[in-house]
Amino acid sequence: MLGLEKKDFQLLLIVIGLTLFAPFLLNPFPEGSDLAQFNAGYPDLMQRFVIFGIFAIGFNILFGLTGYLSFGHAAFLGAGSYGAVWMFKLLSMNVLPAIAISVVIAGLFSLLIGYVSLRRSGIYFSILTLAFAQMSFALAYSVLTPITGGETGLQLALSDPRIFGAAQTATGNIPVPALFGLEMRSSFEWNVGAWLFTFNAGYYLAAFFMIIAFYISIRIFRSPFGMMLRAIKSNQTRMSYTGLNARPYTLAAFVISGMYAGLAGGLMASMDPLAGAERMQWTASGEVVLMTILGGAGTLIGPVLGAGMIKYFENIFSKINETILHGWFAFLPDGLEDVVVAMIYPFIGKGWHLTLGIMFMLVVIFLPGGLVQGGQKIGALFSRKKAEETKPNATEPAE
Amino acid sequence: MDQFILQILNGLDKGSAYALIALGLTLIFGTLGVVNFAHGALFMLGAFVAVTMSNLLTLSHKVVDETRTDFLGNPLQVDVPYLYDFFGQAAGDTIIDWAVPISILVAIPIMVGIGFAMERGLIKYFYKRPHADQILVTFGLAIVIQEIVKYFYGANPIPTPAPEAFVGSFDFGVVLGFDPNAIIYPYWRLVYFFFSVVVIGAVFAFLQFTTFGMVVRAGMADRETVGILGIDIDKRFTIMFGIAAAVAGLAGVMYAPINSPNYHMGMDFLVLSFVVVVVGGMGSLPGAVAAGFMLGILESFASMSAVIDLLPGINQIIIYLVAIIILLTRPRGLMGRKGVMEE
Repeated sequence: MLGLEKKDFQLLLIVIGLTLFAPFLLNPFPEGSDLAQFNAGYPDLMQRFVIFGIFAIGFNILFGLTGYLSFGHAAFLGAGSYGAVWMFKLLSMNVLPAIAISVVIAGLFSLLIGYVSLRRSGIYFSILTLAFAQMSFALAYSVLTPITGGETGLQLALSDPRIFGAAQTATGNIPVPALFGLEMRSSFEWNVGAWLFTFNAGYYLAAFFMIIAFYISIRIFRSPFGMMLRAIKSNQTRMSYTGLNARPYTLAAFVISGMYAGLAGGLMASMDPLAGAERMQWTASGEVVLMTILGGAGTLIGPVLGAGMIKYFENIFSKINETILHGWFAFLPDGLEDVVVAMIYPFIGKGWHLTLGIMFMLVVIFLPGGLVQGGQKIGALFSRKKAEETKPNATEPAE
Repeated sequence: MDQFILQILNGLDKGSAYALIALGLTLIFGTLGVVNFAHGALFMLGAFVAVTMSNLLTLSHKVVDETRTDFLGNPLQVDVPYLYDFFGQAAGDTIIDWAVPISILVAIPIMVGIGFAMERGLIKYFYKRPHADQILVTFGLAIVIQEIVKYFYGANPIPTPAPEAFVGSFDFGVVLGFDPNAIIYPYWRLVYFFFSVVVIGAVFAFLQFTTFGMVVRAGMADRETVGILGIDIDKRFTIMFGIAAAVAGLAGVMYAPINSPNYHMGMDFLVLSFVVVVVGGMGSLPGAVAAGFMLGILESFASMSAVIDLLPGINQIIIYLVAIIILLTRPRGLMGRKGVMEE
């Protein structure tokens, strides 16, 4: 179906299902209950899940397939955001041209940086991309202030021209990003008993783009082009001995992943029309590296899982404070309760970065294939047991 | 002319920090072949050794001062450092004042120990893995170290002053025959520069003039042959890792008075130090030192107002720009050896 093998098509269907029903799946606990704080089904966070999912899928096309570790991918995301906000300022508040221009700008930008950076490989490539990204960040922060807004970031203003749209709404406010009149922030809320489900327009737009991005990434993974990228990863020297110039392929992968980052940036700006230089900083690039590796570099679904997990930790886990912990362990004797809370507290709440760092290290050390590989290993463990159990039964009739 | 000299001086202290960190980085790379992204964290740990030291020295107990009263009329409780009890007030004050230099002595064993633990506990297992894996695992380690420090010391910078004797500035202008106050330079930065020269000199002398250093250099050139000759080269490389950690730590200790330590200062320096190492040439010790000072001075030249007027924003990007140009024109860096890190 759609040019996919059965297994990939099933995976795509699963992803479509998960994203469509995310407002239900992420809100498993009733409103007002103790566990409601673990609900992730609010629009802002759901948007972030899918947007960073797109970013990580794109990064994975470069790192997972070619093995080139870029530490400067956030620059493309930032460039995309700036492009999108400028479209809002100049053209209209419709998100489609903004998203289109952000992809184009990020593509051109990554073509430029990739052309230069890909002359080197290994750690030199990492340093080059890092240097370019830090340069873009520094310039966006200081000299390019007329274009980027500098420290305050690029924001919409009432005086913007917006030639195809209204400069301001009837009430004199700055208009909000919309898709042909459908405001990105508008939500439909549905009360079912104690549960409250929120269906947000912006989320579904971003989810639509993520599904397309995911589909394209499956096609790239299964294409001869993807195979070529994998060959470059496993042995570039041998590829060049066979008379193949690897650079156009790696450059294509770099530009594609840059465009993914731009798409993510454009969507980010569409959800919340501002763009800041800190989106380009190298820590932001480091974050997408964490997401991709944690989920599983080189796997299809891994980066999405990694992105979801880190964003969930960042927004939900980090809110747990000492009082809540004491509430959980209240059943323990007083002294023991304090000890347990004191032992757990450094790892959650504000210290969630520590947990993330430890998890990341464990994944790099023991599971180079990320959480997806971990899942497969566990799955294999069970299926082997099952296979052993079923084997005698299966073979008996044949005898 | 005085502006010119001032900028060179300004570049020296940053350059010293770059050179010290880059020296450790390239030492680790040259010996173990490992790309250590946690090296900035070691620098930061050094700075926090100084912080801890000054906290320890000012550990106090409460004493009721009968002569003074608080606003309720009760006798005032005064914090008295234990050091006063041991050495008397004057000597105690002096020791507290010299907390940062004293912590150098403590920092060396601590940092060597941390270096050993890191190498034996984690990095040992990554010799055979690809460089990307090494980068990633040490990046993770850096995050963990940072967060542990953040948990204990909080996220805010902690001011750690230099000894009283080094507060104030040195008037270079008078020495060189310019107007007074034309070239003034804080004493502590001068100390930092000389300190780094001493440390760098010590590392080079250690490698050049001791038998141990000779074996290490031989191991850097041809690890296998040295191993075949019956020398336990891994053990020596582990010790070199400890030394590299100590160099980064010392750089951090002495940097604490220049910039109040906070938990992410290591990452900020790490990125630049990597650029320095690459510009100097991976695995080349003189290259790292030369590139460190060169980039430090270039950076301060670029922040002269005349230069900024000509090329706005150049001070922010000069280091990266130089790195890009050098990487593209001289792939091995300024003094890189052939065959290092070439796929």
